[in-house]
Amino acid sequence: MDFLSAHQPEMLPGNRQLPPTQGVIEAPHGTTIVAVTFPGGVVLAGDRRATMGNVIAQRDIEKVFPADEYSAVGIAGTAGLAVEMVKLFQLELEHFEKVEGAQLSLEGKANRLSTMIRSNLGMAMQGLAVVPLFAGFDVDRAKGRIFSYDVTGGRSEEHNFAATGSGSIFARGAMKKLFRDDLSEDEATTLVVQALYDAADDDSATGGPDVARRIYPIVTVITEDGFRRLTDQESSEIARSILERRLEQPDGPRAALL
Amino acid sequence: MSTPFYVSPQQAMADRAEYARKGIARGRSLVVLQYADGIVFVGENPSRALHKFSEIYDRIGFAAAGKYNEYENLRIGGVRYADLRGYTYDRDDVTARGLANVYAQTLGTIFSSAGEKPYEVELVVAEVGETPDGDQIYRLPHDGSIVDEHGSVAVGGNAEQISTYLDQQHQEGMSLAEGLKLAVKALSRDTNGTQREIPAERLEVAVLDRTRPQARKFKRIVGRQLARLLEEGGAATEAESSAEEESSDGE
Repeated sequence: MDFLSAHQPEMLPGNRQLPPTQGVIEAPHGTTIVAVTFPGGVVLAGDRRATMGNVIAQRDIEKVFPADEYSAVGIAGTAGLAVEMVKLFQLELEHFEKVEGAQLSLEGKANRLSTMIRSNLGMAMQGLAVVPLFAGFDVDRAKGRIFSYDVTGGRSEEHNFAATGSGSIFARGAMKKLFRDDLSEDEATTLVVQALYDAADDDSATGGPDVARRIYPIVTVITEDGFRRLTDQESSEIARSILERRLEQPDGPRAALL
Repeated sequence: MSTPFYVSPQQAMADRAEYARKGIARGRSLVVLQYADGIVFVGENPSRALHKFSEIYDRIGFAAAGKYNEYENLRIGGVRYADLRGYTYDRDDVTARGLANVYAQTLGTIFSSAGEKPYEVELVVAEVGETPDGDQIYRLPHDGSIVDEHGSVAVGGNAEQISTYLDQQHQEGMSLAEGLKLAVKALSRDTNGTQREIPAERLEVAVLDRTRPQARKFKRIVGRQLARLLEEGGAATEAESSAEEESSDGE
């Protein structure tokens, strides 16, 4: 990136002159991202809706991307900026890996993303914030880890589960009640889709599974074997089985009272 | 004050070429050849840290013989070129042809500029296609010319002798184990025709495997996998089918 900033600084997201604006710029925003760890790794998932004010800007946007072989980023906030940030992040990780012949540590990757978010602070002040969720498998410690960020680039490691975006409050509530230490991979993927369903239930900006259009959440799993995105078939099966149960019990599974 | 001797441009160039060739010939040879599922790079390299082969981009690999610091410089330049291209436009817009051109320009400029000594390197840039017909292998000698190669290519030490041998023996559609065996055999032939043994630890092997599900097709083959492949190639020319299996589970 030093090379890019020396040769073509205008290519980097943080280096643009912003025109003075009145009020908030209308641009598509991505909404809810959730992540949960399980003993063999971590699951990162996102809904498919982008909104622009009260309008649904896009129904099938993709907000979860592989960052490299062992990590992924889910983005909430201004979609255009976020997608560009992810593209640059992917490039940096790959570039480092090729030049140095070794991957960055998971901490290193998380710190790098933090700097990139901070460089977007000017935009964030004008309402174009990007708040990603970063999840990866730490090869050195052999476990899945989650990092969340705020608009200023503040980074914090989350344990067990995390959510970001407009529906995150509801998703976090759902995950809090459903999370257990001994989740299997299948249970973890079901859990995140449940959480997204609950987020969509209470947050108008988050999209639920769209059975008519066959649009289902994007679910990704990162384990020792690397990054894997569930196929449409797999995620539709999870979403459909949840939907089936919710027809009888609209609020989803109930946790024990005591 | 002394007047410098007149040296004709022909003589000057010939001297520089001689210098570069000698430098390259001191290095160990390496071989790049096509097999059924991609392109394999094989070289003798006692060092585990200093690689002769590396990944440039999704489908593009790089091999170099000669002086390490000089080709490492070129390699990093190539990675930068490719990554910047791919970021600015699209991943598909990074091609081996474009990269080979950049290398040719760089090497050519350095070779003919009076101020610098010529680079003592010889490069190979290879791109694996969707099908064997789409594979491209370019050889870039020290003077900045580009040679479009087919099937197999050798650079470094006794490259000429190895190339001749490979040209005779290389067939299209070889399995990875067969290709590897041929490459090792070619590398272990001494100038006087005798065979010597190259142990697996001293081999550096990498492939551009078109069957890899990931976008990035470059992969190093090390340790057990390498030993397995060598054994299979050695155990021979037996059943083609077992070799097929091997290359497909080589993810």
